[in-house]
Amino acid sequence: MTQDAMIDEWYPVGLVSQLDSFGRKTALMGEPIDVASDADGNARVTANGRTLPVCVRYGHVWSSLGQPQKELFAIPEADQPGRRFVDVGVVRVRCSPLRAVENFLDIAHFPFVHTDILGSEPHTEVQNYKVEIREDADEVWATQVKFYQPQAARSASGGITTEYMYRVPAPTCSVLYKTCPPRPGEWDVITLFVQPLAEDLCDVWPWMALFDDESSMTDLIHFQQTIFLQDRSILENQIPRLLPLDPGMEIPTRADLTSVAYRRWLKRHGYTYGAQLVAQ
Amino acid sequence: MKLYNYILSPSCYKVRLMAALIGVRLELRPVDFHPGGEHRGPELMALNPAGSIPILEDGDLVLTESSAILVYLAAKAAPEWLGSGKAEEAARVQQWLSFSGRLTASLGGARLHEMLLRPGDIGAFQAQGIAALRELEAGLFEQGLRGQRFLAADRPTVADIACFPYVALAPDGGVSLDPYPAIRLWSRAIRALDGFIEMPGIHRLHELKPEPHIEPGEA
Ligand SMILES: N[C@H](CCC(=O)N[C@@H](CS)C(=O)NCC(=O)O)C(=O)O
Ligand SMILES: [Fe+2]
Repeated sequence: MTQDAMIDEWYPVGLVSQLDSFGRKTALMGEPIDVASDADGNARVTANGRTLPVCVRYGHVWSSLGQPQKELFAIPEADQPGRRFVDVGVVRVRCSPLRAVENFLDIAHFPFVHTDILGSEPHTEVQNYKVEIREDADEVWATQVKFYQPQAARSASGGITTEYMYRVPAPTCSVLYKTCPPRPGEWDVITLFVQPLAEDLCDVWPWMALFDDESSMTDLIHFQQTIFLQDRSILENQIPRLLPLDPGMEIPTRADLTSVAYRRWLKRHGYTYGAQLVAQ
Repeated sequence: MKLYNYILSPSCYKVRLMAALIGVRLELRPVDFHPGGEHRGPELMALNPAGSIPILEDGDLVLTESSAILVYLAAKAAPEWLGSGKAEEAARVQQWLSFSGRLTASLGGARLHEMLLRPGDIGAFQAQGIAALRELEAGLFEQGLRGQRFLAADRPTVADIACFPYVALAPDGGVSLDPYPAIRLWSRAIRALDGFIEMPGIHRLHELKPEPHIEPGEA
């Protein structure tokens, strides 16, 4: 069924901090897998007795059912001193893994879904920004995205105009860079790592690398969980459940330019696990 | 008053909502429930051997049952939320306060399973949740026949606050609220109360928001 290019990609399958020798039973693209630590404490992922490729990075264990052609994408900020690294924890969502990423890329929903935190009425306008598929890196990028936010981060005191950059380095992962209230000149990094369980079911592992010396770790986790849980109920009600890759099914507005580029990029690579290809 | 709190916990939200509705200030102590499991750690287990939240501390008093916490807040700041005290009404308040524990076990269990991957028998959680919703629907319908909009009276009481969160969040656990018109009306009545606050998954009434700005030509 899944002779899909996505088979050779890396996916998050667990938190490094929660690895144990008993193992965690989960799934990857419909196949049951087991994530455990071996006798030496190293992460080990198996599918039906077969040992799968493993990589440990950004607080998570990553694996693949196929043969990854590349190393996991780089996030240089993950090695920058002074940042706090936040394992937000898994949240299961009954939606296509691609839908989860697409929603993350969409800023127009902020005032309506994250009211009084990431957006507020009447500040609903999305200003012009730049979207490109960077051929050298083979990633989707949106830059110069500006938006008025009442409470942009746990560390923000009051409303500010926030600037964002979005990056899609892998079909089910997105990295967002946003204005860092306590450290102008640096970007806070907020990621969404999505584990595809089935075409319409995923486990989402948000992770962050922030400059914030004030907030407690629990406060940082709760801030991001609040936001993601507001998205969850929207994601579970999207129709169609799979992400349509054919143009014309949903009419794009300016805010959706990133989504259009993301879909085009998915289609170009044949990344179609969780996608709907034929208009119904 | 200090509340050991988790923003995604419907039981903690009961306490925050009650406090907001009656103007009580709470000091919030965030608990890393997920992914940290802090409620099962030594500090919180010493306060509450049941290993659950919410926990409310007020001086020497430590309360670990949300219904007791609601009663405490109301008795201190807004006794009208305890009901009039007439026999039948007092009994109804107690009836629904106890009933709320079934919502926690069923709909709450389904939500933890579906959302945070907590192990358990999802079919049983959902079936028991649906049974509880039917009972609540019937109770609210009968209240309507008596001319009363809330569970125990024609005004909201602690019983409504105890039952509202897990019901409103039923869809998080894969249980639809579509078949229950009386529950939906009641939920609107609660969300319309002065001082109502939201939690993720429970929205304010859209009518109470400022009018959205519609771009010309937008579908
Ligand atoms: N004592 C009950 C417990 C409420 C309850 O079940 N709380 C959940 C969080 S919403 C909890 O702490 N569960 C413990 C666990 O699942 O580990 C109450 O106050 O109503
Ligand atoms: Fe969102």
